[in-house]
Amino acid sequence: MALKKDFVKFDKVDKSYDGKVLVVKDLQLDIEEGEFVTMLGPSGSGKTTCLMMLAGFETPTNGEIYLDGKAISSIPPHKRGIGMVFQNYALFPHMTVYENLAFPLRVRKIPKDEADKKIDKALSMVSLQGFASRMPGQLSGGQQQRVAVARSLVFDPQLVLMDEPLGALDKNLRESMQYEIKHIHENIGVTVVYVTHDQSEALTMSNRIAVFNDGKVQQLSSPDELYEKPVNSFVAEFIGENNTFVGEVSDISGGKCKVKIANTDILANPISVKGKGEKTKISLRPERALINPSDQMDNIHSGKIEEVIYHGDHTRVRINLLGNNQFILKVPNSSANLDIKLGKDIKIGWNSEDARALDPS
Amino acid sequence: MSSETKQILTTDGIPLEVSLKKAERKNKIKAFLLVAPLLLFLIITYVFPIGDMLFRSVDDKMVTQMLPKTFKAMENWDGQELPEEEVFAAFHEDFIKLVEDKREGKLSTQLNYTKNGFKSIIKKLRRKSKSFEEGNYKEQIMSVHKRWADVEYWRAIKRRAPEFTSQKYLKGMDMYVNEEGKIVSVEEDRRIHRVLWLRTLEIAFFVTVFCFLMAYPIAHLLATLPMKYSNLLMICVLLPFWTSLLVRTASWMILLQQQGIVNDFFVGIGLVADDNRPEMMYNKTGSYVAMTQILLPFMVLPLYSVMKTISPSLMRAGKSLGGTPFVAFWKVYFPLTIPGIGAGCLLVFILAIGYYITPALVGGASGTLISNQIAFHMKSTLDWSFASAMGLMLLSGVLVIYWVYNKLVGIDNIKLG
Repeated sequence: MALKKDFVKFDKVDKSYDGKVLVVKDLQLDIEEGEFVTMLGPSGSGKTTCLMMLAGFETPTNGEIYLDGKAISSIPPHKRGIGMVFQNYALFPHMTVYENLAFPLRVRKIPKDEADKKIDKALSMVSLQGFASRMPGQLSGGQQQRVAVARSLVFDPQLVLMDEPLGALDKNLRESMQYEIKHIHENIGVTVVYVTHDQSEALTMSNRIAVFNDGKVQQLSSPDELYEKPVNSFVAEFIGENNTFVGEVSDISGGKCKVKIANTDILANPISVKGKGEKTKISLRPERALINPSDQMDNIHSGKIEEVIYHGDHTRVRINLLGNNQFILKVPNSSANLDIKLGKDIKIGWNSEDARALDPS
Repeated sequence: MSSETKQILTTDGIPLEVSLKKAERKNKIKAFLLVAPLLLFLIITYVFPIGDMLFRSVDDKMVTQMLPKTFKAMENWDGQELPEEEVFAAFHEDFIKLVEDKREGKLSTQLNYTKNGFKSIIKKLRRKSKSFEEGNYKEQIMSVHKRWADVEYWRAIKRRAPEFTSQKYLKGMDMYVNEEGKIVSVEEDRRIHRVLWLRTLEIAFFVTVFCFLMAYPIAHLLATLPMKYSNLLMICVLLPFWTSLLVRTASWMILLQQQGIVNDFFVGIGLVADDNRPEMMYNKTGSYVAMTQILLPFMVLPLYSVMKTISPSLMRAGKSLGGTPFVAFWKVYFPLTIPGIGAGCLLVFILAIGYYITPALVGGASGTLISNQIAFHMKSTLDWSFASAMGLMLLSGVLVIYWVYNKLVGIDNIKLG
């Protein structure tokens, strides 16, 4: 059976809580069956609201949401058959792990022996065999999180929603859980919609990421594309580290544009600028700029080292370049780069293709 | 195990345990001195008076001390026939002394508790005893009134000989020790206390049920509404708390009486005929209505404090896992509120079982509780020992309920906030 392209479809969805402000504006989003899609954005950007609308705890003010081709706005949450993992796990504290997992099966009137098999399977999927008789309060945060994941999957839903499920875990555990959830997704092929404000989490786990801001999807694309080719300056700044120059387009031709910054022209890749005289913000990833560059690069400028921070495998260097004293470089710690010293002037170069001229906001 | 037997010494060579105790003793004394004033206050104003009052319920020294010689002489009397002359002589001697101290009235009251009919014959005996001659007191006393010649009355006196008695407790359960010394129930038409106990339990039970039914939705609203509404609702719940109990009870009297507002309203909407207004006060209905309203906050607050801690995502999880809203409520939300329900019910039930002012004012004859009976004996009959006996019975009842609750639910599951 071919995977459906628009398994989940948000069609022109608006949402307002108070009738004055739209928290979700004209949302158009298609999610493919079996995909792992992350909604990423700062708090208040509308991503959780979207998830709640999908789960059925909020209703769209306007527009319609389709699940597997069916409009679901009028279906109550318990009939949608969507698994959900909540922010603080939402395990039922008065039930054992077994009873927690049995809950969705019991309300579906699945016979006990079949239910037991499913529960065993779900627990082994999150490697928690032998924990069935524990109470949630006797488990560590990571274990509770696994139980919550197992519970959301035990009744074989086609779609699982996860609302910042790793937010309460410490850093190491969070990273290992990221891989674990990713592997579970790969193994069982369920469609996952994941909400987070942690970009590294989103980049690690997702097939596609929808970056939310101000109630709108700013960009929906794969993690690498999102990082390498942000379509606007919000995405560029929100995802990863970013060096920016604000300037004015002085010339545009042949797929390149000249942008005037601090009386110097630099070459950039025109993404959202159309003509001369437009204001623009140039975005350049720190690792795309090199020190002491070879001559092939079409942008070479010199700047003064203002700060050097040792990071073990690399060194962060802050440089005052073309009037921007927050220009960051990441220099690998190799023997060739031992001469980086505070106050030194160095040459920095990058390809005009990597300097993306985006909207000025 | 050498590590267990080996004593650890400090650098000064003192055993570590001794040294530790020494170091902590000062702190212990300090802590005790801090609580000492309150402890003393509690002992003087709480433990001591209550202990003394409770002791009265079994204390029966009064008659023993009033008739010392009589009881000594009665030691050899088997209680079958009228006692011998020496008993009458001893009784006369004791009685004369009581009359001199003007205490014979107390004796008559006390003996009257044991058997009706003593009051008048003691009065008569006092009058006649002034003209008694020396010797043959048996004849002289018996001639005062025919009851003095009745062996029943002498047996009744003998029953008061012990210094301690359980008769107040038996009386509280409508039982008494009969002439043969057996514990029997009083005649059916005189069993007032059993009826009162049962009614007290019944009213306390139903008040608890009504409070629970009304408080649960209110508490739920309080816990889930947005702040600006829930604050207002909270004030509505707490407002009665800040109003005097008497004022609230009196308000109910205004509302519930036959010519009252509620009845006027019923007549106004044609629910009842004007000449057939229902009595909603001076009966059980009055007690139910007023007590439920007054005790409601005690149910709302523990429920609220528990519900406040239940994350709304739990209900959502229940629904997203496929439970209908009812299933999610019944299997997830409700079990989590049980600690609050337990606390609220226990609180309301215990308060209701000892409720006094409200039933006294709006309960009428059929709506009064055991506490009203206790108050009656404290204030009117001045039978403090009986009042204290019933008080102790009530207290034991509450402790039993507490114990049963602890067995069923576990007291550490209670949450008062």
